Amino acid sequence: MTDLLEARSISRTFGGLHVANNVSFALKPGDRVALIGPNGAGKTTLVNLITGDITPSSGRFLMGGEDITGESIPGRVRRGLVRTFQTTRLFQNLTVADNVALAIMQRLRITRRFFSSATEHPDVRAEWSRLLARLGLARLAYRKVSELAYGQQRLIELAIGVALKPKVLLLDEPAAGVPHDEAPRILDAINQLPADIAVLMIEHDMDLVFKFATRVLVLAAGRLIFEGSPKDVTADHEVRRAYLGSYADARRIP
Amino acid sequence: MTDVAINHVPRKRSIPFAQEGLGALAIIALGAVGYFLFPDDLAFLTRLIGIAFLVLSLDLVTGYCGIATLGHAAQFGVAAYAAGIACVRGVTDPIALLAVGVVAGTLMGLISGALIARFRGLPQLVLSIAVGQLVAALANKLQWLTGGSDGLSGIAPGKVFGIFNFDIYSRTAFLFSLAILVVVFVVLSRFVRSPFGLLCRGIKDDDLRARMIGVAVYPRLVIMYGVAGAVAGVGGALTAISTGVVGLDSVGFERSAEVLVMLVLGGAGHLWGALAGALIFQIFEHIVSAANPFHWMMLVGLLLILIVVFAPRGLIEPVLMLVRRTAGKGRPS
Repeated sequence: MTDLLEARSISRTFGGLHVANNVSFALKPGDRVALIGPNGAGKTTLVNLITGDITPSSGRFLMGGEDITGESIPGRVRRGLVRTFQTTRLFQNLTVADNVALAIMQRLRITRRFFSSATEHPDVRAEWSRLLARLGLARLAYRKVSELAYGQQRLIELAIGVALKPKVLLLDEPAAGVPHDEAPRILDAINQLPADIAVLMIEHDMDLVFKFATRVLVLAAGRLIFEGSPKDVTADHEVRRAYLGSYADARRIP
Repeated sequence: MTDVAINHVPRKRSIPFAQEGLGALAIIALGAVGYFLFPDDLAFLTRLIGIAFLVLSLDLVTGYCGIATLGHAAQFGVAAYAAGIACVRGVTDPIALLAVGVVAGTLMGLISGALIARFRGLPQLVLSIAVGQLVAALANKLQWLTGGSDGLSGIAPGKVFGIFNFDIYSRTAFLFSLAILVVVFVVLSRFVRSPFGLLCRGIKDDDLRARMIGVAVYPRLVIMYGVAGAVAGVGGALTAISTGVVGLDSVGFERSAEVLVMLVLGGAGHLWGALAGALIFQIFEHIVSAANPFHWMMLVGLLLILIVVFAPRGLIEPVLMLVRRTAGKGRPS
């Protein structure tokens, strides 16, 4: 089986600082991978490298065997590489429905239409309506995003990612800032993703990591220092050292 | 029981083409008021409509896409010159001249857009001024073509549809312009609520987010600039046809700045805002400059300060809020 996404010896320096140092990994269909590491380890930078927001100093990215290192951001999205943002980036002045509808319409290539009504496309309507209902956002469909609580915005961030029907979905701390009682909704939504796509999630909450991941990558100072099952990660000596050495909140690793 | 999950989203009630129809009716009504109550001011009102196209055009790029520009008169002026030159050289059919203006405006829009949409923020603004100045300088230098600082005169268009002559009272010019405005406004109201229009509003909000849903932002902005150029082109051609002259002021910096002021005054991001701004600013200017030829600019400045202080998002915003609130009351929650 070809890898959906492969990173081959990705490196990136800012000045003299290695924010990514010879990082290699692969995501296969069905993978549920957690990317963890102390603050400043370069997790978000790695996601930015994968999506094309930052170009690597050396190394290559491949999707389905094809080199996408030189591909533009929208080009990668069209290939099925989709991310969510750690701090929400939504269309703040549009309604919740329009935010999700735009993603759907972009996927279906409807955004090139100049004279059909954006709100009356029946397939698009049915799809966002179903998606919002599943995330418990149906009530808010016609509200402006800027009027919503941050936790609700996190869910919309996820909804947009799901609406793009990705092959590889990169989730940058999807539960950060979500009130505790709404966090299960996020996990529910992630569990309902199609089984054959690959999901890479950055997450600090180890509870969530254990519920979600079949594989864990640990990043420290731009280097991948561990790859293995969630069970083994807690026992690994180097992982413990990375967290204890530079990360005060080491108790999060049980 | 507030957290009961609803598993379908109620459809927003809307009558198809209601907005477009209402828009057309409102413009026709306003036009009728102008035509019957102010028969001596039709030349002024025709000029007003010409500028209104430019404000609408600016709204498309600034209000809907968030592009800052102080060189938007370039599209208007190039179209005015194109239509004027075509007319002087023998193309006298008004519809054909309009088409010439639209083509010239679209091309100028695409060129400006290709340059300006590459950048964001202050560099973008400066570049837009540079494009505007370049076009103005060209209009001045190419004297054999444009008439230079004397302006291009002798534009004598033929009859509309071969029937209606352009008369000295500007009746034909006014009605012709009004009819075109209705058509353009209806098309634009449809256009801004299309998937493409919605996407442009998204790009205005956050262009990185737009790229991350797979949108190639730059070409979309250039296309929007082309559409805006076409709309400005209509205004430019109509102004050339109805006034019979094209001067350097039609491409000048002052024109660009003035229409930006009109847009902000009326409310950027709404077609109605653009129209309201064009209407109110120009009527105010017209009346005040006639009443007090020496201090009218001061009064215009004062009006602007008052509006920016009390309605920072434009005059149309409070009106729309009122409409939304009354519409919201009628809907079962």
